[in-house]
Amino acid sequence: MSETGSMVDHAGMPASRHGPLDGLSLPGQTDFSVSRAVHAARFILRGESIHVSAFGPEVPDRLRASTAGSRAALWLGPDEFLLLAPGEDAEAIRNTLKPSLPAASTALVDVSHRQIGLTLEGRLAARCLSAGCPLDLGLASFPIGMATRTIYLKTEIVLWRQGDARFHVEVWRSFAPYLVGHLADALRGTNGL
Amino acid sequence: MLLIRCPYCEMDRPELEFRYGGEAHVARPPDPMATTDEEWAEYLYFRSNPRGLHAERWRHIHGCGRFFNCIRDTVSDRITLTYKAGEARPTLDKGAA
Repeated sequence: MSETGSMVDHAGMPASRHGPLDGLSLPGQTDFSVSRAVHAARFILRGESIHVSAFGPEVPDRLRASTAGSRAALWLGPDEFLLLAPGEDAEAIRNTLKPSLPAASTALVDVSHRQIGLTLEGRLAARCLSAGCPLDLGLASFPIGMATRTIYLKTEIVLWRQGDARFHVEVWRSFAPYLVGHLADALRGTNGL
Repeated sequence: MLLIRCPYCEMDRPELEFRYGGEAHVARPPDPMATTDEEWAEYLYFRSNPRGLHAERWRHIHGCGRFFNCIRDTVSDRITLTYKAGEARPTLDKGAA
């Protein structure tokens, strides 16, 4: 999914937008592939956990994600949740979810353009992530459905295990080439083993 | 690498996810206008700096983002226990560390 497109800037001149990974070659092997995730709308919800249910998915447990259809809610902290949805839902979330929340005790912030979502798939996905992430990514200690904010070398990421060999990673867009470059390096370091 | 137990995540997490936040339980004088310069300087600048068990603040900044408190031995670097911000400092048996 590319963000490149033609637009017009404030002065009416043609302008173009480049996605953070445009022009980079992403690992695409069966053993390990990196691709843009389907979720393009993302919000941070601060406040009581009960307000997550207005978004769709049920309230996620500590260090877990919950999903409902194409929407997902990730527990980041006791009062902080990352809400993911397809790009076309962004407008509806801004227009319906935001007004339904108590303004004094909650905050819903659109961070769609702050970070990007990546899907990491394949037999070697956990090993490549382990090259930079200090958490134990074994299935016993990082089971399917677990989600947390953590770090990969020098960049902060949100890591969500969607399957045995499938991860969703959120990274700030300016750090995305750094992350993807290191993951490609890590893949070479595994020698396919 | 140290593994530090975050009392909010209820999980041992790698040290790299944390930031140190100075001594814990340093209470701000309730009425700054009524304090002397010496009392204010004592609050701002002077810390206990013990040799042994030390109560200190840490923040799980690359995790849940929460501040919490921890008892760490400044000699061995061993973290005896962590507890949520706002909870009273636990009384520790010296032998337990």
